[in-house]
Amino acid sequence: MFYREAGQFKTSYEVDAAVFPIRQDRIGIALILFIAFVVIPLTATDFVISVLLVPFLILSLAAIGLNILTGYTGLLSLGTAGFMGVGAFACYKLTTYFPNVNIVIWIFVSGFFASAVGVLFGLPSLRIKGFYLAVATLAAQFFLDWAFIRVQWLTNYNTSGAIEVPTRTLFGMPLTGPNAAPEFRYLVVLSFVAAMTWFASNLVHGRIGRMWMAVRDMDLAAELIGIRLLPTKLLAFAISSFYCGVAGALMVFLWYGSAEPAVFNIDQSFTILFMVIIGGLGSLIGSFFGAGLIYGLPIIMRFIVNLFGWQITPATVEHFTFMTVGGLIILFLIIEPAGLARLWQIAKQKLRVWPFPY
Amino acid sequence: MDLAYKILIDPFMQMGSAPDLLVQTLWEGLVAGVLYSLIALGFVLIFKASGVFNFAQGIMVVFAALTLVGFHQLGVPAFLALGLTITVMLGLAFTVERVMLRPLVNQPDIILFMATFGLTYFLIGFGEFVFGGNPKKMITADLYLPSGAYDIKMFGGFVSLQKIDIAAAVIVSIMVVVLAIFFQKTRIGRALRAVADSHKAALSVGISLNQIWVVVWFAAGIVALVTGIMWGARSEVSFSLQIIALKALPVLILGGFTSIPGAIVGGLIIGIGEKLGEFYWGPLLGSGIESWLAYVIALIFLLFRPQGLFGDKIIERI
Amino acid sequence: MTAPEVKPRDVLLSVENVSLSFGGVKAISGVSFDIRKGEIRAIIGPNGAGKTSMLNVINGFYQPQKGTITFKGEPRTKMRPHDAATGGIARTFQNVALFRGMSALDNIMAGRSLKMNKNLFWQLLRYGPAMKEEVAHRRHVEDIIDFLKIQEIRRTPVARLPYGLQKRVELGRALAMEPELLLLDEPMAGMNLEEKEDMSRFILDVNDHYGTTIALIEHDMGVVMDLSDRVVVLDHGLKIADGTPAEVMKNQNVIDAYLGVAH
Repeated sequence: MFYREAGQFKTSYEVDAAVFPIRQDRIGIALILFIAFVVIPLTATDFVISVLLVPFLILSLAAIGLNILTGYTGLLSLGTAGFMGVGAFACYKLTTYFPNVNIVIWIFVSGFFASAVGVLFGLPSLRIKGFYLAVATLAAQFFLDWAFIRVQWLTNYNTSGAIEVPTRTLFGMPLTGPNAAPEFRYLVVLSFVAAMTWFASNLVHGRIGRMWMAVRDMDLAAELIGIRLLPTKLLAFAISSFYCGVAGALMVFLWYGSAEPAVFNIDQSFTILFMVIIGGLGSLIGSFFGAGLIYGLPIIMRFIVNLFGWQITPATVEHFTFMTVGGLIILFLIIEPAGLARLWQIAKQKLRVWPFPY
Repeated sequence: MDLAYKILIDPFMQMGSAPDLLVQTLWEGLVAGVLYSLIALGFVLIFKASGVFNFAQGIMVVFAALTLVGFHQLGVPAFLALGLTITVMLGLAFTVERVMLRPLVNQPDIILFMATFGLTYFLIGFGEFVFGGNPKKMITADLYLPSGAYDIKMFGGFVSLQKIDIAAAVIVSIMVVVLAIFFQKTRIGRALRAVADSHKAALSVGISLNQIWVVVWFAAGIVALVTGIMWGARSEVSFSLQIIALKALPVLILGGFTSIPGAIVGGLIIGIGEKLGEFYWGPLLGSGIESWLAYVIALIFLLFRPQGLFGDKIIERI
Repeated sequence: MTAPEVKPRDVLLSVENVSLSFGGVKAISGVSFDIRKGEIRAIIGPNGAGKTSMLNVINGFYQPQKGTITFKGEPRTKMRPHDAATGGIARTFQNVALFRGMSALDNIMAGRSLKMNKNLFWQLLRYGPAMKEEVAHRRHVEDIIDFLKIQEIRRTPVARLPYGLQKRVELGRALAMEPELLLLDEPMAGMNLEEKEDMSRFILDVNDHYGTTIALIEHDMGVVMDLSDRVVVLDHGLKIADGTPAEVMKNQNVIDAYLGVAH
């Protein structure tokens, strides 16, 4: 009823080309940002922030990264976790070598390291496509996974073989390490995610986004209208890996606090891929939906089990989670291959014309 | 200079000075390769016949092996258990066709590929729920599979050949021949190839997609069972096995996605390359390079021959 | 309806002695012809004559084994797709090759990719120069949309459009490149009479209004005779005739090729 665009006239192409051309959408976004930045830090419990929101945001960022590559550019990647790991380890090395530079800067810079590695492994995409490219990214995944374990220089020769996050401050308050306040970590993560989502949204709505999608939809035709395939694909690899790298650094520094290399194994890559599939390939908002669903599902299932006081072991719950995720993926591909994002779009469309069907 | 020596010369010196070790390494590689070939074969079957890249082949291996062991643990005699397991794989093929493939007819390949991710996850959860997560021993002796080894004197040392590995090689050879005949000579084989080219076109000439799919998935299930038995006999049956399914990818890249001989040759190359690399060059890098060497070999290969060993050069049309 | 004799114009593109084969199969053998500025040039021939391959050679999708392609006075042994595009050669395809996941508007906007150059920094912000550029090109694209009368399907994903409209969007995408030479591969295949008339009108208008040189492949002889200034006829990869529509019509080789002849 109130989701109507009647009476909103676009008088310039600039307005029409805006990311959110409908006023209600803009109000909605403003409201979400207000709740996220102001209401939640004031009201939510530490549990909600540390266990639910921070992981959700970080995984969403990684999903956006993968979505840029797989959803927008059509290059299937199974190496997401590897690129996330590059970000995390780069950040760790940088902050231990230069402890005086602010950690937020290093988290950002570590994205460039992930980019560089991503481009390197993206080079074969010139000659190979589809499943074949998946092998190139698998090579990246397994090689990086191996390097994280074997190259002890990366973990500063810690006996545990893990990243142990040192305490770093921002504005004089501890941001990383055991003493960091959850609200503070949350706000920094949220700022990263909000800013980078905004950038991603700008990119995919403009020239570069169109070039990516052109390559995805029909690479031969894209080439013949003058889009250079390799630079376009490599740019997608670079930006995608940048996002994954930042997500990886955030994951270790602002979520886990310490991380073994196993965090960045192939299973993590698949988890992120599932988020993108269920959320919707080629949709930024879908990345959030997918991350929320896949990350939230086990938590909800555990919650239900506790609620009813069922005597089920955590292992069994985990098995059911696997089955549910698997079943959901198949279900989504059958019902709506474009994922939750498409359902969201349909819902909005229905709301627009409500109470009429068309 | 020193490094160059270590990479380029030293490994070959080692090979020359201890040829028995070299032969042993080659044999190990060959055996690993046979098993990779088997997994790749399962992929090829389904890919050839439905254009689906079946990511779930790995978990099907685990699932089949666990079912077999599970039945046996319930006190079912080994060969009856084998029969029951085959029935279960047939049931799986029916279910997959009915629940997953039929609703996804004519979808792009990538969607079907992703659906097999879903299947993988489902089977992991289901399998662990039914059989538990602990590794199990394969019922090798009950199936009359040989154990022990032949020690052959060679180059002043011993080369040890496990009997089970020899058996595996023989069984694989038989299976390949049977499958090749099935594909080339039978009516169903021709129909299978038609389906792989185009779902729509196959439907239009009256081929029953549903029937074909059940047949291939069942065949892939049998291949999975054999793989599970052979692999399980060498180590044990556990869920970590399903990760080796990913090793089939580089194998397929080498051999091509649709070629049965390609899968065999690719598997052998990857298996031998991996073992040689690990044994002779691995120590330089701190070992464990087996985990990624196969992919890098495939990647390098792809850069020079994107269509695989046996594939034809694809002419793109527009 | 067009002048029967060849207008003396500058040569825009010429192919000389071009041969192309796939493995052992000869698709084109030693074909030469030229396309002059501002004309509508038809390439006709029976199925499998090598017409589409010829277009693919011209815009660099296939690399010929022999021969030279001279475009705007610059001879080269092969064209690269990107050079062709920057040089001003645009193309539509026999089987519509649109970007199916994108809207009609985005498809046509994608045709402007080469003309847009604001860097990543501004693209990330989608503000200032990047937005100005976006709007300027949008204006141009809207002109094309008006010209092709597809205003109401702007936002529709092209995969959902009927075939005739898809062809029109594809023409729009090619026009967005502001080409000097427009290659149309069977622009009217599978269309009904009305759609054909519309498409013919658009082709003539493009030629007239933007001064674009056009090379088209078409099977409908009526259309070819009406639209084209000169016709080149291929059969089995060989050129068998070249001239005005009227001349070609009377050529015995052409008649044989189409009707078949006892060998």
